[in-house]
Amino acid sequence: MDMSLIKEAPATAEPALSEIAVSVRNISKNYGAVEALKDLTLEFPRGQLTSLLGPSGCGKTTLLKIIAGLLEPTSGEVEVNGKPVTGPGPNRAFVFQDFALLPWATVMRNVAFGLELRSINKSKREDIAAKYIKEVGLGGFENSYPHELSGGMRQRVGLARALSVDAKVLLMDEPFSAVDEQTRRKFQEDLLGLVQNENKTFIFVTHSIEEAVYVSDQIAILLPRPSRVSEIIRPSGFRHKDHDQIRRDPEYLDIVDDIWASLRSYVE
Amino acid sequence: MKLFGYNLPGMSSLIIWGLLWELIGQLDVTFFVPPLSEVLATLFEIIGTPAFLKALGETGYAFVVGVFFAVFIGIPVGILMGRSRLLDELLLPWVNVFLSAPLTALVPVLMVLFGFGMKSIIITTTLFAIWIIILNSRAGVKQINRSLVEMAKSFGASPADAFFKIYFWAALPEILGGVRIGVIRAVKGVIIGQLLISIVGFGALFELYSSNFLMAHFWAVLIVLFALAFTIAEFLAYLERRVAYYAAKR
Repeated sequence: MDMSLIKEAPATAEPALSEIAVSVRNISKNYGAVEALKDLTLEFPRGQLTSLLGPSGCGKTTLLKIIAGLLEPTSGEVEVNGKPVTGPGPNRAFVFQDFALLPWATVMRNVAFGLELRSINKSKREDIAAKYIKEVGLGGFENSYPHELSGGMRQRVGLARALSVDAKVLLMDEPFSAVDEQTRRKFQEDLLGLVQNENKTFIFVTHSIEEAVYVSDQIAILLPRPSRVSEIIRPSGFRHKDHDQIRRDPEYLDIVDDIWASLRSYVE
Repeated sequence: MKLFGYNLPGMSSLIIWGLLWELIGQLDVTFFVPPLSEVLATLFEIIGTPAFLKALGETGYAFVVGVFFAVFIGIPVGILMGRSRLLDELLLPWVNVFLSAPLTALVPVLMVLFGFGMKSIIITTTLFAIWIIILNSRAGVKQINRSLVEMAKSFGASPADAFFKIYFWAALPEILGGVRIGVIRAVKGVIIGQLLISIVGFGALFELYSSNFLMAHFWAVLIVLFALAFTIAEFLAYLERRVAYYAAKR
């Protein structure tokens, strides 16, 4: 596709340097002879949601885990709020594709688990957890176990856990791919509200084009062989529209079509 | 089980086998098998005697201490093997060898190394129980969901936190299974130890009764031993069922 979408966006939408929450510079990651990522540079504006979108094998989850500090890059560096990343840290929280809940612990303990690992005392961490359990809509399920919840509810637990540690950067690895379509739509709407209300930077990995366009302030398209950022799209026209108006917005539909046009040759 | 529309309580089949035993005993087929009623009468006769209580104490002590070491060494070693490739490569062949080795043949070596006392009996008991506990703990850790480990890491878990709050609990269903089988093997170990190393405890009673052809006494002690082993194994199986709700969903 051409780059007109970026040019169309007003100049003010380009983030100033101080507004960059996370920056990734010249990251390469090799697994033996396989190059998962090659010389990748990308910036994530503060307070916005950036999607990493691409066909499978393009290294989007690898990039997310490098930002999380769970994987070490072969070369290059990651900065979060100006500080280089050397490992996991309290300024980032991770939401997992398969929820990663403790099956032997209640919703309350799961949500408070991040705080438990930070040695916050029990009554304080449960106060905080209770607040976020309500916020994600799980009030009343505090003493349930994960196996008693539906997939969507489990991911709400994962989300509440990530929110309760109050990290400035939220890393989400295909968080809605394991839940059913209707729950997924609800999640996407809720996520838009979350981006607006919480002053956090979201980095969101997805393989769904519609999902990426629906929720993102900025979409980074990653292509494989070799892995690279092929383009950055900043949808601007419909971002402040009503949630149920977005999917019929002409710009939304155009962007979805354009992304598909550029990705289709990479899908086997 | 249901029979003619009636719900039979658990272990009803024992009644049939008990009746068969009684019948064979009454028919006087062989002096090795006295009637069950006679065995039970003997059981109640000897169960309160000082000799029996002393044997029970000796066997119980060696058993409890032996199992204690097997559990508290076996579980951490198994978990560490599951996590560390190096340790696994180093230890796994030995664990497998000892698991299938005829440990009874090793007992004389233990006697030379550790003497003829309680120490050797306890070590024998531990050796019978520990290998399956190590293997099961290792297997439990190996199947742990990778994203749970990453989750703990991403929220800043210390190695100790990861060990006690993630690995142990994630592996608990397998660990309990290992301990249950280990405990059953430990019963074997403690009796073999008491028969071969020094004639004390239940081992001494078996030796005494069988060499004097006191078959009713012999069977009575065996029933007590079966009952004890069965009770412990069932208790551990109960604990296993308590964690079963998450065993399938890790």
